[in-house]
Amino acid sequence: MLLAPALLVVVVLLVLPLLWLAWQSVRQDGGFTLAHYERFLTDPVYWMTFLQTFRIAAIVTAMTVLLGYPVAYVAAGLSQRWSIVVLTMVLLPFWTSVLVRAYAWLILLQRNGIINSALTGSGLIDAPLKLVNNEFGTVMATIHILLPFMVLPLYATMKKIPGELTMAGASLGGSPLHVFLRVFLPLSLPGMIAGMVLVFVLTLGFYITPELLGGGRTYMVSMLVSRNIEVYNEWGAASSISVVLMVCVFLIFRLVSLLIPFERIMGTR
Amino acid sequence: MSLSRVLLYGFVTLILAWLIIPILIILPMSFSGARFLAFPPPSWSLRWYEAYLGSAAWMQATRVSLVVAVVSAILATILGTAAAYALNLTQSRLVRSLQALLLLPLIVPIVITAVGVFLVYAQVGLLASMTGLILANVMLGLPYVVTAVLVGLRKFDHTQEMVSRSLGMNRWRTFFAVTLPQIRPSVISGMLFAFISAIDETVVSLFISGGENQTLTKRMFTALRDEIDPTIASISSLLTAISFILLMLAALAARNTERSQGREA
Repeated sequence: MLLAPALLVVVVLLVLPLLWLAWQSVRQDGGFTLAHYERFLTDPVYWMTFLQTFRIAAIVTAMTVLLGYPVAYVAAGLSQRWSIVVLTMVLLPFWTSVLVRAYAWLILLQRNGIINSALTGSGLIDAPLKLVNNEFGTVMATIHILLPFMVLPLYATMKKIPGELTMAGASLGGSPLHVFLRVFLPLSLPGMIAGMVLVFVLTLGFYITPELLGGGRTYMVSMLVSRNIEVYNEWGAASSISVVLMVCVFLIFRLVSLLIPFERIMGTR
Repeated sequence: MSLSRVLLYGFVTLILAWLIIPILIILPMSFSGARFLAFPPPSWSLRWYEAYLGSAAWMQATRVSLVVAVVSAILATILGTAAAYALNLTQSRLVRSLQALLLLPLIVPIVITAVGVFLVYAQVGLLASMTGLILANVMLGLPYVVTAVLVGLRKFDHTQEMVSRSLGMNRWRTFFAVTLPQIRPSVISGMLFAFISAIDETVVSLFISGGENQTLTKRMFTALRDEIDPTIASISSLLTAISFILLMLAALAARNTERSQGREA
């Protein structure tokens, strides 16, 4: 069967380890235990980390909609030549290493970085602003990294909206704003939801950006997993956190797939 | 042009500038003569390129990353194309639902994937090995290839294969002579994505690579976490240049096929 080799790789390297993690999360000293899950209720670090991660994901998702929608809207309305220019500008960061982009934001945002020297040099502020090694820097870089994941599905959906529909709306006497709100916006919603799911779920798993730009103050779930393994060698804790995060991700996909098909979110349809 | 249009275009121009400028800013920084990061650089030099190209450790890491990316992109393309081909032909709902399984590497948060791969490799002794790095990146690259090739196959008319086989060609020759040339742009774009994903992959290699077989990204990450070393600026500029060239190649390939197949209405 042609499918077998690809499936084998995914099953052995991903599916089995996931099941193994789930098994480990309820084991301790050779017996069954729920101790690793109890920590979610008793240890504030656990639920506070989850809370911070979900809050950052919500902020990032909202911001990518606010910034990504106008870009996709303009790109979809331009001539082919110009829309290619806009899309290339969106795709170039998409194709640039996440490490490179985290580094770029470090250069821009640090204490004696470009933005701070420009602001103090022009006399706008007296002391440098604290822009990095905190949640602000992390959120800024995360939005920058994930914006293409919002623009591309939005653009693909908007391109399929027939121009006749908005023209019909206008000829029936709707103001441009009215036509946009009643015709264009609802038709572009599937692309927007697809983009929102991708951005939200990807932010939940972000590791490199908060690690490099969070300065130890922005603690996200991925870091909790890796700390438990690298620093404390606590596999039970790491497993239970992984399982909870996986369940969150699956639930989000499951809920959204009631609205739009899974293949559409992933861009295979 | 109405005022609201002007405002909209202005807003979008600002967003695009915000997307591009952070990446472009690295280029002048990489030619800085100073040890600290100042913009504009107080003097110009090639010392950070020399620091990168002259370092045996950085060169070794670059070699590891390139070998892993090339080999895993090729393998992922072969496995992924075969899988997409089978998925496209099947009538069974059960088999089609396996598609979700192949997209799983994109959905699972990367740290969890890294922990999982680490667990498996610790059992079978693949930690800090090239084979291990390649296999992990094949798995991570599969979703890109499967997605791209499925999109390509959807436009392909399967009856052509029937014709070819009724004329006496076997399955293999039919695939290579009839099907592959028509889905080639999708296969190439899938392969490019798998390559980029592998060369960019950081978190899994943080867990599983080590010793002689450390990847470039693992070294960069460690260097960045400790101090902001301007050598990273020169490496970043080179990496960005490579991404840019690949992106242009992909765009050119797409345009050429569009031309040769005639514009779709």
